[in-house]
Amino acid sequence: MATSSINVPSAGPVAGWRSFLSKLRSGDEIARLITFLFAASVVLITLLLIYELWIDSALPRHKFGLSFFFTRIWDPIAENFGALPFIYGTLVTAGVALALAVPLGIGAAIFLAELAPQKLSDPLQFFIDLLAAVPSVIYGLLGVFIVIPMMRQWIQPALKSSLGFLPLFQGPAYGVGFFTAGIVLAIMVIPYIISVSREVLLSVPRDQREAALALGSTRWESTWKIVVPFARTGIMGSIFLAMARALGETVAVSMVIGNTPTISSSLLSPGYSIAAVIANEFAEATGDMHTAALIELGLVLFLLTFILNGLARLLMLLTTQRGSGTAQA
Amino acid sequence: MLTMTGICALVAVSVLFFILGYFVYNGGVSINWDFFTKLPVPVGETGGGMANAIVGSAKLLLLASLIGVPVGFFGGIYLAEFSGNKVAFVVRYAADLLNGVPSIVIGIFAFALVVHPFKRFSTIAGAFALGLMMIPITLRNTEEFLHGVPRALREGSMALGAGKWTTIMRVVVPAAYRGIMTAILLALARVAGETAPLLFTALGNQYWSPGWNQPTASLPVVIYNYALSPYEDWHRQAWAAGLVLLGLILMVNIVARVILSRGIAVPRS
Amino acid sequence: MKRIAGMLVVVLALGGMVWAQSALLINGAGATFPAPIYSKWFDQYHKANGSQFNYQSVGSGAGIKQVTEGTVDFGASDGPMNDDQIKAYRTKNGAGILHFPTVLGAVVPTYNIPGVSGALNFTPEALSGIFLGRISKWNDPAIAGANKGVNLPGNDIVVIHRSDGSGTTYIWTDYLSKVNSDWKDKVGKGASVNWPVGLGGKGNEGVTGLIKQTPNAIGYVELIYAAQNKVPYGVVKNASGAFVKADLASVTEAAAAAVKTMPEDFRVSITNAPGKTAYPISSFTWLLIPEKFKDTAKRDAIKGFVKWAITDGQGDVEGLSYAKLPKEIVEKELKAINKIQ
Repeated sequence: MATSSINVPSAGPVAGWRSFLSKLRSGDEIARLITFLFAASVVLITLLLIYELWIDSALPRHKFGLSFFFTRIWDPIAENFGALPFIYGTLVTAGVALALAVPLGIGAAIFLAELAPQKLSDPLQFFIDLLAAVPSVIYGLLGVFIVIPMMRQWIQPALKSSLGFLPLFQGPAYGVGFFTAGIVLAIMVIPYIISVSREVLLSVPRDQREAALALGSTRWESTWKIVVPFARTGIMGSIFLAMARALGETVAVSMVIGNTPTISSSLLSPGYSIAAVIANEFAEATGDMHTAALIELGLVLFLLTFILNGLARLLMLLTTQRGSGTAQA
Repeated sequence: MLTMTGICALVAVSVLFFILGYFVYNGGVSINWDFFTKLPVPVGETGGGMANAIVGSAKLLLLASLIGVPVGFFGGIYLAEFSGNKVAFVVRYAADLLNGVPSIVIGIFAFALVVHPFKRFSTIAGAFALGLMMIPITLRNTEEFLHGVPRALREGSMALGAGKWTTIMRVVVPAAYRGIMTAILLALARVAGETAPLLFTALGNQYWSPGWNQPTASLPVVIYNYALSPYEDWHRQAWAAGLVLLGLILMVNIVARVILSRGIAVPRS
Repeated sequence: MKRIAGMLVVVLALGGMVWAQSALLINGAGATFPAPIYSKWFDQYHKANGSQFNYQSVGSGAGIKQVTEGTVDFGASDGPMNDDQIKAYRTKNGAGILHFPTVLGAVVPTYNIPGVSGALNFTPEALSGIFLGRISKWNDPAIAGANKGVNLPGNDIVVIHRSDGSGTTYIWTDYLSKVNSDWKDKVGKGASVNWPVGLGGKGNEGVTGLIKQTPNAIGYVELIYAAQNKVPYGVVKNASGAFVKADLASVTEAAAAAVKTMPEDFRVSITNAPGKTAYPISSFTWLLIPEKFKDTAKRDAIKGFVKWAITDGQGDVEGLSYAKLPKEIVEKELKAINKIQ
């Protein structure tokens, strides 16, 4: 930590004031003050955001209280609002996305971190990073014009005929729905899982691998049985990170989910997510209660992502501590 | 097992090329001079272009940087050069929190703060939302890259009699310049594609948007609206616009990362 | 330091460029129902007059909300504002809001049934049954009974409705409420209702798009959307028992009865109108214009536009399958324009 300007030995408040003034005259104190203000503004704006969300959702919070989370009805005319269909849709699509993305992502991360030569691994990671940069609306376009027709014409009928006895795959094949949204989300979050898992795997200390190999295990055994479990907290962290991203995704989901507040056991059913309903209804919510209910949904979404991100960071912290702890041992 | 994981990696990477290829194929045919220079024509007619959306997006990004870059840059300087650990922790935590806020919620916030009190949709409202999203990226990266500058440089400068601020602006920042610039570029690329925060801040505009206080068209929102419409011509234009947007974002990302990898040894972002 | 100063100059210069003032820009938002004709009108008016009307077709619900909040200069809706909404406007803005009918249009049931390319006959019972979720297959007797000779498949019906607050929904549910008491009790009429079944599309555009892409779908859209996109639409049995196709004549006929009884504020429903050749799901669509304007330039531009739209502008409407306003109503409106201050 660098030092500031020279300290004038003080005795009493007057000397203290004089020293402050002299510090002020030197550009450094002003610089410190100004940069402090900028840094503080970040904190202030974040607090203001949380405050606004809280205050603007006061109406439905007082009217519905906790039952907001358990009501299925969303009726703007009767001013009866329940968040359950949206929470359900948000969680289900995220769940489908993770179910698809996690195995694929961790597999790819293992390949990139452990099994592939550096010359292959680095360029591949570069492309994965680029995939993470593709904006949501691009995925939305692809979802509408490629994924939906594919789902409706081939994938959903195939699922129905082969797995239709499960309640998961019943109902008409609309093309849109939870499953479609889950697929689009899976593509969007895979890069996050790969990048973070790869870094975590790379940070596993060498001696772990070398010890395993020295004891006679194969490359794969040392990877799968030693390295991956060692890194598992970090990998969990990457999953939470990906989930947080999937929860907040708005545009791509609203273009493929069907926009119907339904709770259904079938993945082929259309549904709604919190972010999608806010995007569709916010600009037109007549009546203060409707707008405030949407803002309360926004608050719920914020809390969900907040918790997930917090958990992710905690797990990351635990991984790095573990890594450094063991290395020293 | 090698093959299985290899296939996973291959699938993940090939998605990128598939996306690119599809856009080039579908959008490439519609990229013409009209697309870049003409305004949209009335609903249902064919032709026209997206000139106002392209300029609108550029304006939004310009204004967003005016909000996001100074806060991130100077805030990062504070964290790296001046602050104590406790304050740094709080600021970093707030920045990470802000980073994790879903973009639609940022849109709500911008609506409540800018659109509602001033009673109009505007470019500045949209830019405010985008700028907020840029702050955490610029802040954290500035701090990291400044940290990465070796102490020796700072100490040498101060040994020569330079004050702290002079040291920062003349020695440390220029040393970390590359990293910071690329961080700003990456932040811009990130918000350039954002649609949700613009839906009820900048709204949309059939025409040119004068100044900064009127609604404006923007590429992502126009793509969104056109994709959901039934008009074939609009679909065609959406592909073209998507190609332009995707191309620009990917190019910026590639350039930024290449610069980063060639720069002074600095920590990865 | 110099570098920063240089960058600042560049930024300011660019900022100055985008600052350039151009012609008067007026912002409006609302119904997707009349969006094609409004879009054409604003374009023509701009060429003739210079003022730019930026109309965002975001749905009637959003139009009402935004004009009440004051975030746009005028709104547009095919469901007239109800008394509560008008009161809310007055409370928020200190003055009233005026409705000006601009064109007459029709809402048609459109569908995408494999093997069926012609116009199906729909009875009120069939339509309400489908949208209530009670009739779930295309070859249900309620539909097949009116369509002898048409080979209707046994596929599941995919109902498509609006996901946003919509005047078109208002017209459709207003009609269903009039012809089916079950609908009236269970769902009611409004711009956003609690739909028993179906997928949601955004705007008339989104619904048409969904129908085009989804086999076995049925939805309700404004006539021009079905016509422009070559989606088949059905004929509906009207109050007199005849199956009527939506076209200029049948829509004008639906408005005929309302002409004599038109209230001062122009808010009227013409669904399920009497008349042998009247199309039962017709409606006016309104521009929502504040009574008091702070900005006189905007006020005059809007007044000028409304005057033009209900007189000269009517020449364009039939080309887009909307019906002209009856002369008597135009006269009343021209007088009412003077209320805008």
